[in-house]
Amino acid sequence: MLNTFDILETIKMIDEEHLDIRTVTMGISLRDCASDSVNKVADKIYDKICRRAEKLVATCDDIAGEYGIPIINKRVSVTPVSFLCDSVESDDVIPLAHAMQRAAETVGINFIGGFSALVHKGFTLGDRRLIGAIPQALAETECVCSSVNVATTRAGINMDAVDEMGQIIKSTAFLSKEKDSIGCAKLVVFANAPEDNPFMAGAFHGFGEAECAINVGVSGPGVVLSAVERAGNCSLSELAEIIKRTAFKITRMGQLAANEASRRLGAEFGIVDLSLAPTPALGDSVARILEAMGLEVVGTHGSTAALAMLNDAVKKGGVMASSHVGGLSGAFIPVSEDAGMIEAAAACSLTLDKLEAMTAVCSVGLDMIAVPGETPASTISAIIADEIAIGTINNKTTAVRIIPVYGKGVGDSVSYGGLLGEAPIMPVHSGSSSSFIARGGRIPAPIHSQRN
Amino acid sequence: MEKRAVITVVGRDSVGIIAQISTELSKNLVNILDITQSVLQDLFVMIMLVDMSKCDLRFTDFVEAMVDKGEEMGVKIHVMHEDIFNSMHRI
Repeated sequence: MLNTFDILETIKMIDEEHLDIRTVTMGISLRDCASDSVNKVADKIYDKICRRAEKLVATCDDIAGEYGIPIINKRVSVTPVSFLCDSVESDDVIPLAHAMQRAAETVGINFIGGFSALVHKGFTLGDRRLIGAIPQALAETECVCSSVNVATTRAGINMDAVDEMGQIIKSTAFLSKEKDSIGCAKLVVFANAPEDNPFMAGAFHGFGEAECAINVGVSGPGVVLSAVERAGNCSLSELAEIIKRTAFKITRMGQLAANEASRRLGAEFGIVDLSLAPTPALGDSVARILEAMGLEVVGTHGSTAALAMLNDAVKKGGVMASSHVGGLSGAFIPVSEDAGMIEAAAACSLTLDKLEAMTAVCSVGLDMIAVPGETPASTISAIIADEIAIGTINNKTTAVRIIPVYGKGVGDSVSYGGLLGEAPIMPVHSGSSSSFIARGGRIPAPIHSQRN
Repeated sequence: MEKRAVITVVGRDSVGIIAQISTELSKNLVNILDITQSVLQDLFVMIMLVDMSKCDLRFTDFVEAMVDKGEEMGVKIHVMHEDIFNSMHRI
């Protein structure tokens, strides 16, 4: 018989500490959907997603019911759609985003990722068409998520793409201005984007992936928080051990769900993503873990060190619990989606500069940051360039999901509701970066990319 | 093939909790393999390991039936597949 304590511990984690499977994301290859007609491609995309993901939601609901673990989100990621934009005769690729939206509605998922392009070294015609369509696509759809990879450690940083993404983000903010520029919450700019990431908005199904794969993102900031609180006044060595053990348990649950989902859906088991993903719910905050470790408020001195330890311990515990680890795997620090972060940003104890430093030691980057609507495109590009440089030089994934909220300034806040939460508008530096960004070209790959 | 689940019952102690639950289980052809029970400061905690291979209900429907039964009795009942505990707590 199982140990009573273990059983009650699991139930407590789920009932009281928000332990859940944050997302089961089905990656679907669209490599067989090419055509010279954009409408034909749209039909093929719709049919393929609906056929592959037909039973995704029902299967996940069954697994959640049988194992007693909530599976919060069921999602789909697809091959970066830009490659389908190369061979079509039309420059207008918006119908592809609409096809993704319709497919998402038909299969009953809340987000679909992959309206994406990989341009870390340069653009193809299809990449340009897709990137140009992003603002309109995100304004006209609800579930479609977009991402653009502008740098890798091996290729360096495509500064032309960084420049363009600053402008695209501004246009996206403008086109969705009626809804506080929510379009930007569905758009991520990456360095070293992972091909098997289950988390939105940056999920896409990479070119090296199988026909259909199940990637699972577990979560449990609340469980880690309770473990840290229970540990009391112990040393950081002991605390790291406690976090590792907790992460192990959380991940094992994710591995079980991933195995079951892939078996029942006839898809490959891809990876388990070990991220600690917060939600705006009470007690589901990464910031509160850092505060429980001894910081008065997140963003103060010591935050980077505490986050580094947390991130590392989560990975060490998780890696042993799963047969394949991937995706983003680390603690997320999205401002608007984390109650503790929101509070600290509103009180000005958490600044953009400190956040940038913190992203050097965790996944994923400057996430869900609201800035004044009148921030120049070149400043947004420069913020992206800084964050992307951290990823490129440190051989890790970093990303920027920034929202220049149209018509709002410092002192205002925005509220998107649900998982996207709410965010105070954070100030940016006023010095111009426009001449730097206007140079364009590529920042060469760092010396340590030469490993052969 | 055995399909095993763990049923936990937590709530205020009262007469006949075990009887009511085992009646519900036998109605659904669910066999009790192991049972452990304790009362801590008026709080009744019972954990059962059951085999549901002969149960006609779908797993999720059985879970729902038991949760409803718990609400009717004023206790909290969880029914979860045994594998969740094995995978989380055993290497």
